[in-house]
Amino acid sequence: MSGLSLVILVIGLALIGWLAGRMRAAAFRRGSTRRFSSQPVHHGWFVALWTVGPPLVFLAIWALTSPALVTDAVLANPAASQLPPPGFDRASILSEARSLAQGRSYGAFHELARTLAPVYAAAQSRFDWIASGIALLLAFAGGAFTFTRVGPGFAARTQVERVVMILLLTASLIAILTTMGIVASLLWEAGRFFRIVPAWEFLFGTHWSPQVISARDPGASLGAVPLFWGTFFIGAVIAMVVAIPFGLMSAIYLTQYARASTRRWIKPTLEMLAGVPTVVYGYFAALTVAPAVRQLGVSIGIADASSESALAAGLVMGIMIIPFVSSMADDSLSAVPAAMRDGSLAMGATSSETIRKVLVPAALPGVVGGVLLAVSRAIGETMIVVMAASGVATLTANPFASTTTVTKQIVDLLTGEAEFDSAKTLAAFALGLTLFVITLLLNIVALTVVKRYREAYE
Amino acid sequence: MNSALVPEAPTGNSEPDQRRPTDWTTGASRRRTRRRYAAERRFRLMGLAAVWLSVGFLAFLLMSMLWQGASGFVETRITLPIALQLDITPDRVVVRGADLALAGAGIEGAVDAAATAAYGAGGAELLSDGAWLHVRDAVEADPTLLNRRAMIDVSAAADIDVAAKGEGTPAAEAQVAKLAAAGALSRGFNLKFLTDADSTDSTRVGIWGAFKGSLMTMIVTLALAFPVGVFAALYLEEYAPKNRWTDLIEVSINNLAAVPSIIFGLLGLAVFLGTFHLPRSAPLVGGLTLALMTMPVIVIAGRNAIKGVPPSIRDAALAVGASPVQVVFHHVLPLALPGILTGTIIGMARALGETAPLLMIGMRAFIAAPPDRITDPATVLPVQIFLWSDEVNRGFVEKTSAAIIVLLLFLLAMNGFAIYLRNRFETRW
Repeated sequence: MSGLSLVILVIGLALIGWLAGRMRAAAFRRGSTRRFSSQPVHHGWFVALWTVGPPLVFLAIWALTSPALVTDAVLANPAASQLPPPGFDRASILSEARSLAQGRSYGAFHELARTLAPVYAAAQSRFDWIASGIALLLAFAGGAFTFTRVGPGFAARTQVERVVMILLLTASLIAILTTMGIVASLLWEAGRFFRIVPAWEFLFGTHWSPQVISARDPGASLGAVPLFWGTFFIGAVIAMVVAIPFGLMSAIYLTQYARASTRRWIKPTLEMLAGVPTVVYGYFAALTVAPAVRQLGVSIGIADASSESALAAGLVMGIMIIPFVSSMADDSLSAVPAAMRDGSLAMGATSSETIRKVLVPAALPGVVGGVLLAVSRAIGETMIVVMAASGVATLTANPFASTTTVTKQIVDLLTGEAEFDSAKTLAAFALGLTLFVITLLLNIVALTVVKRYREAYE
Repeated sequence: MNSALVPEAPTGNSEPDQRRPTDWTTGASRRRTRRRYAAERRFRLMGLAAVWLSVGFLAFLLMSMLWQGASGFVETRITLPIALQLDITPDRVVVRGADLALAGAGIEGAVDAAATAAYGAGGAELLSDGAWLHVRDAVEADPTLLNRRAMIDVSAAADIDVAAKGEGTPAAEAQVAKLAAAGALSRGFNLKFLTDADSTDSTRVGIWGAFKGSLMTMIVTLALAFPVGVFAALYLEEYAPKNRWTDLIEVSINNLAAVPSIIFGLLGLAVFLGTFHLPRSAPLVGGLTLALMTMPVIVIAGRNAIKGVPPSIRDAALAVGASPVQVVFHHVLPLALPGILTGTIIGMARALGETAPLLMIGMRAFIAAPPDRITDPATVLPVQIFLWSDEVNRGFVEKTSAAIIVLLLFLLAMNGFAIYLRNRFETRW
């Protein structure tokens, strides 16, 4: 029996259990004047949950363990005695036999796989029947047992609500699980990388050319400093030079000068800039902005202006970040107490003097926090640099020259044809770990700054 | 009052009437005022300029996509005089299996021969690789074409198509001029762009394959992220005790919302592909990865919506004997649902436009057939855009922009729906 039909069958049984439990509870309530703790529907849910829960948990565990059991059963067969000793050949023969048995492929490279395929299919179907039997047994047992418990004195609601609470708690634990998954997988793969290349060579080396990695000294061409510099230059310098003035000035205009009706239209329009997918920005940067920037570079006398310049990627990234800076600045400006502004205006200062000398200094911590968050977003941004920045790592402060970034290199390293375990692919995880740590630190600092600032005015 | 701040009373020689009000009418004073007002106007103008330039960037971006992409929906067609001499009877092409029967009868060769006959040697190269499909469809629609001479419009080859739209090579331009002089060129809506999948020939590409992949991925994402996100939001806002575990959960969610999307791709690669050996480039894995990314967005939006439900509702429900679970599921959740849905749609719109994590899990392969199941290899719209943008062939430029237009239209529709929901159902307590 296939997994899906089994699950549907179990859910069908649970539905029957729901109806049966509900009807039974409704029957004993009828004509009774007693007060009950639970509605019939609670009894129904109680039976249904115990019908569907145990088989699904069993099937989930089974799905993880059964492939190993099936393989063991196949190996116990006399036909498997001709298999080569454990190693690559053995694994490939077994996996071929598995795909033949499951009907996913029709030809086999190894002769032995063809003879093992029926054995595999037999073992597979035997274990499938066992699993189906146990799952159905669990469903019936759970359903029948709980059905007998349904009675006037049984507090089904308490039981059902307990299950609901466990579900809610599990859902919120998934966030922790994801965080741990990220940290663990990055640490694990990066750890394997640092066994091949020493951490200090990776973090402080100034030469990056993963295309040619010497087998004897892989660390020599995997020094990430040019990448860190490129990321900083594009994300934290060029993009911010665009995003901070535009974002701050639009926030000031929209909060201090614009009429409410204008603000109601302009603000969502500005936020559309943040809603445009990054791949669209990347295409725009590569197709429209990069050639224009190169033209500009050549016309002001920089002969080697690249068509994959840092400036093109940074400019477009800055435009993307504008609404982000603007909304953070907006929040901080609105949080400044009105008394400070009114006081300044009452002393005869013009609006712009009030804004420049009172509001912005007062809102500065919040604005700085917002800018830090924007920087962390910019350096984690991938598609714009993948499409518009170059793959060549150079240590240069010339915005017209080609520069590369951490995210661009992660994509380049992992989408090549290299096998999964080479120093090259593992380097991507080391870069990912660095990126994760830096963005995390930036976020923590930014949030602390913003929080302190909010508390100061509350 | 603090006595230190009180100015000393003037003593001795100073008279009270020596303090005069400032004279604002002197020349210096007026100049200063004028200067300050000018500065005020400049500042205000700078703010206005920042706003309009930002809006201008957006307008320029959208207009340039529209400008380049509009021609992607149009194809150039060449009128082909053709007399099919196929070894097949008309009744064979109206039953099932007509496609195979026609292909077997050599319709592709017949079309090439007709092109050579009509436009000289090299005539076949004027036509798209998919030109014979047009003829096939025409024959299936009208079997009498098998017995007579007819004029059928077929799509032109990529370089002819590009040249007809004004950006081709000189050689192609010359051929276009010749064809146009013969009256053989026409234009039509490229329906295949909306119904086909990826191809190596820019005149045969379509976005349906990528669109279907996006749809499947989004369904997986929604099915996982929505319940988990809403449950987590309910737990944190309504039940969670104030302790270290709750703090840890909150910190995790806030951090996950700020983690770069490519990191989720690395997680998907290491865990879903590396550890669990799920199929590469499948909507299932893409959906799982994007669900992890979208979940924190839904949790944060959900918590804000739940916070907006006034405590009096909860108190009233508790007072008439509802259990804590009943309070939440009968009263708080229905009232918070519009807000939660708005946040969910915005999160889904972000996931729909996401590219980088999907590149990590291998969704950048060339997939020429739309996926049928969530474990089939597939691609999604933004990744398709990325792949086409990498193509050297000039014909792909307009197709990329056209795909971007489709993607943006969907995002606009989703965000519009979210705004509608917010305005229609949001209650101010």
